[in-house]
Amino acid sequence: MLSLIVFLPLVVAALLAVIPVSAGSRVFTAGWVCATATDVVLVLISWTGYEAGTGLALEQRVRWIPGAGVSYHVGVDGLSLPLLGLTAGLFLACAVYSLRGTHRTKGFVLLFLFLQTVCLGVFTALDLILFFVYFDLSIVGMYFVISGWGYGNSRGSALKFFLYTFLGSLALLLGFIGLYLAVEPHTFDIVDIARSDPLSGGGALGAPVLAAIGLGLLIKTPTFPFHTWMPPAHTDAPAVGSVILAGVLLKMGTYGFVRIAMPLLPGTWSRYAWVFVVLGVVSVLYGALVALAQEDFKRMVAYTSVNHMGYVVLAVGAAGLAAGGQEQARSLAVTGAVTQMVSHGLLTGALFLLAGVLHSRGGSHHMKDYSGLAAFAPVFAGAVAVTAFASLGIPGFSGFIAEFQILTGGLATATVATALALPGILITAALLLRALHRVCLGEPRVPDPPGSARGFTDLRANESLAILPLLGVALLLGVLPRLLLGVIEPAAVELVGVFG
Amino acid sequence: MGAGPLVLLPELAPAAGAVLGLLLGSWLPRGRQWVVRLVGVAACLAGVGATLASLDGVAHRAFEGSYAVDTATQAGRLIVLGGTLLVLLLSGDTVRSHPRETEFYALVLLGGAGTVVLAGTTDLLLLVAGYLLASVPLYALAGFSADAPGTEASLKYYLLGALLGITMIAGVTMLYGAGRSTEYAALARSLPAAPSALVAVGGVTVLAGLLFKIGAVPAHFWVPDVAEGASAPVAAFVTTVPKIGGLIATFRLAEGVLPAETASWPLLFAVLATASMTLGNLAALFQDEVRRLLAYSTISQVGYLLLAVVVAASSELAEPALLFYLLAYAVTNLGAFAVVAGFPHARRLAEYRGLARRRPTAAAVLVVCLLGLVGTPPTAVFLGKLEVFSAAVDGGYAWLAVVAVVNTVISLFYYLRWLVPVLAPAAAEDEPCPAGRWAAFVAVFAALLSLLVGGGGGVLLPLLDGPLLP
Repeated sequence: MLSLIVFLPLVVAALLAVIPVSAGSRVFTAGWVCATATDVVLVLISWTGYEAGTGLALEQRVRWIPGAGVSYHVGVDGLSLPLLGLTAGLFLACAVYSLRGTHRTKGFVLLFLFLQTVCLGVFTALDLILFFVYFDLSIVGMYFVISGWGYGNSRGSALKFFLYTFLGSLALLLGFIGLYLAVEPHTFDIVDIARSDPLSGGGALGAPVLAAIGLGLLIKTPTFPFHTWMPPAHTDAPAVGSVILAGVLLKMGTYGFVRIAMPLLPGTWSRYAWVFVVLGVVSVLYGALVALAQEDFKRMVAYTSVNHMGYVVLAVGAAGLAAGGQEQARSLAVTGAVTQMVSHGLLTGALFLLAGVLHSRGGSHHMKDYSGLAAFAPVFAGAVAVTAFASLGIPGFSGFIAEFQILTGGLATATVATALALPGILITAALLLRALHRVCLGEPRVPDPPGSARGFTDLRANESLAILPLLGVALLLGVLPRLLLGVIEPAAVELVGVFG
Repeated sequence: MGAGPLVLLPELAPAAGAVLGLLLGSWLPRGRQWVVRLVGVAACLAGVGATLASLDGVAHRAFEGSYAVDTATQAGRLIVLGGTLLVLLLSGDTVRSHPRETEFYALVLLGGAGTVVLAGTTDLLLLVAGYLLASVPLYALAGFSADAPGTEASLKYYLLGALLGITMIAGVTMLYGAGRSTEYAALARSLPAAPSALVAVGGVTVLAGLLFKIGAVPAHFWVPDVAEGASAPVAAFVTTVPKIGGLIATFRLAEGVLPAETASWPLLFAVLATASMTLGNLAALFQDEVRRLLAYSTISQVGYLLLAVVVAASSELAEPALLFYLLAYAVTNLGAFAVVAGFPHARRLAEYRGLARRRPTAAAVLVVCLLGLVGTPPTAVFLGKLEVFSAAVDGGYAWLAVVAVVNTVISLFYYLRWLVPVLAPAAAEDEPCPAGRWAAFVAVFAALLSLLVGGGGGVLLPLLDGPLLP
């Protein structure tokens, strides 16, 4: 079942690849939407079939490279299922959003189907090398998305993105090799390594292995000071590329913490958890402050991602801080971290799609070029307003649930750090409201891009169909959080259990 | 454990093919010399077949113990003969109806035979013989087109090769004097007791020849010149095939012959590996000429391959890692060179502009092969890198693995510098000349093979794990 979910997009891509370009872009976009929609249905089926608290489900293990201790091992649990759902949903939104066509549609569609396979693959992999293969291929796919379909200095941004994250992935690989050599018999299997906990004493090898893995994941997340690749990549990527980059690729980093760094290196993690707490707090504050200074809408959203991902890093760090008897607080922090991953994916995905709408109408992302859009495009302005409020963590949306849990869990274990991170919420609120105010309210004004008629069309049907469901899901999870938490919580309790 | 001459069929086949081809070629009219190519292909296939038939897992010896037929030799035979076969196919477009077409095939076959000998030898004298057999035909090949750049390349190649060949012979003399034998097994017993200065100097000078053969720093100067000056198939051959035999020979010396008492050989190899990958990468960064770029990239690849040699004696993972990486490297590098051979008039990176539009297949091959050389999964080199990194960390050289990782990131720069114009939209006016059919075939074949070897590593790796004969 999992293999079907993961490889379905790739199979569709192979089928579409043989159709000549002359068949028209409709064929490709239609195939893309069908494939992504089917995948969403399949994920929903596996979700309803999953019984919370039963650990790994839908496991499948096939010998792949036994000589090197590598196997094709997949499975899902409460930590990966939400992200699987998020990934499938965001790719569907991207497909629907792109229905009106991009240039060079065939290549674009094939590339995205490929990306979907590797993104889904990351969240199902239970083997370090399998994880790494998907992780690395996602970078390759995104590189071509940015350099082939981006704006502005997209080549340079794509290269920067590639180099940074590739360096991170190689550091990750070194860490994996360390784990591989530490466990007897040598294996890359995540479940086997977790069971034997080879570096339990911390040991001389524990710290460098965690440093390598941590570096790789922090770059991908991205956390201050490794975030510099992200704003240019986001600014120059096409809208749907940004959605996948922020919504899915960043989650690979944070997911790596809960799937690999914490369960495989529990002893070392709790010893060095304070490093991640500090980096998390700095990211929260730094991301918010820099976002406040942005003039470019997309750049601003990119920096708020640094801020939002900072909460996740803070939470996983806080969960690792050794302190007996606070198990509930720690599992709360981990639950909040996973919820935040989902919530951030939905809301930032929506924000980037809205930024794409802005760019397609006015040819610019600069906030000073726009004003009073609510007068021309009430639906657009409404969507921006709702997304902004949801993103700053207003109750009723998923972001509130996530931040509430992170801060509650964090205050119990890492009191000072969490208290320091609190103003981040205030700054985010300020900057999002300011952006809303500048773009949507006031005197109506839009830039005059060459060759387009003056005026600002409201959301088209396909754009609404792509953006509004994301907000709907965020609202649903905010009102009925049990839908999500019921799955995550047992897995989080099990995860913090390894810290004793 | 001596065995009959039949054990050496895989070595005899290309040599016999060369002789037969030469005889045949002198009778055939110029338009029909492709028959000789057929003979060469048949000889390679026969060699591969004979190797496969003898894969019984039992190690043999031949030539009174001076030649070992073990896992490393068998793997070396398959990779070398397979690589030679690909080069013969690849050269179809370039040397077709050339006045000296027959000679080309004969020289390639002889070079291949010499390389196989290098891989299997367990005796210093045979090592020298293999070195000469694997070098002399290549000097001629480098100058095959007899134009100014080719002649210059050939001369440079020959002078450096002759110098380091003599150095190597001097080293063999010293080791013989120190250890009273030229056989590896006997040397392994006697060298530890010999005067260590003599052993150290002798060892280093023998290695000098092998470093030349594999194109490692500091004996790498010929690589870019030959790659640029010679024709593309020759460039593909000299940057790929001799390395296979040379590295296996180096590995044998490092694993069992050079005594740890004399000097820190692993450290020496570690320095050489670091220098090769770093200098190769830095020099490749701003190359505009595709063949020079690939040439420097092969120098850096040798650096990664040397990682396995560093830990030859200290990690059991080293031997399968080296052999697998060699296979992966040979396939991927030949694929990249096949694309270059297919567009002989596109010499600069900018001239590849818009290739993805006009020739999507060739562009796809380039993407697979160049990202493969970086070590992106799921290509073969990724698994090879994974294996050598694991071996290095396992053997206590984690810092070297970190150096290799940093170098991998640097290498991304120039591979992507090539891919950017390939994927860029084409300018309307410049239509590249049509691609060669044979080169295109080999390119696609190599790219597919690279992916296949990467995915099927599980089947291959255990096969490569057999003990070396001392």
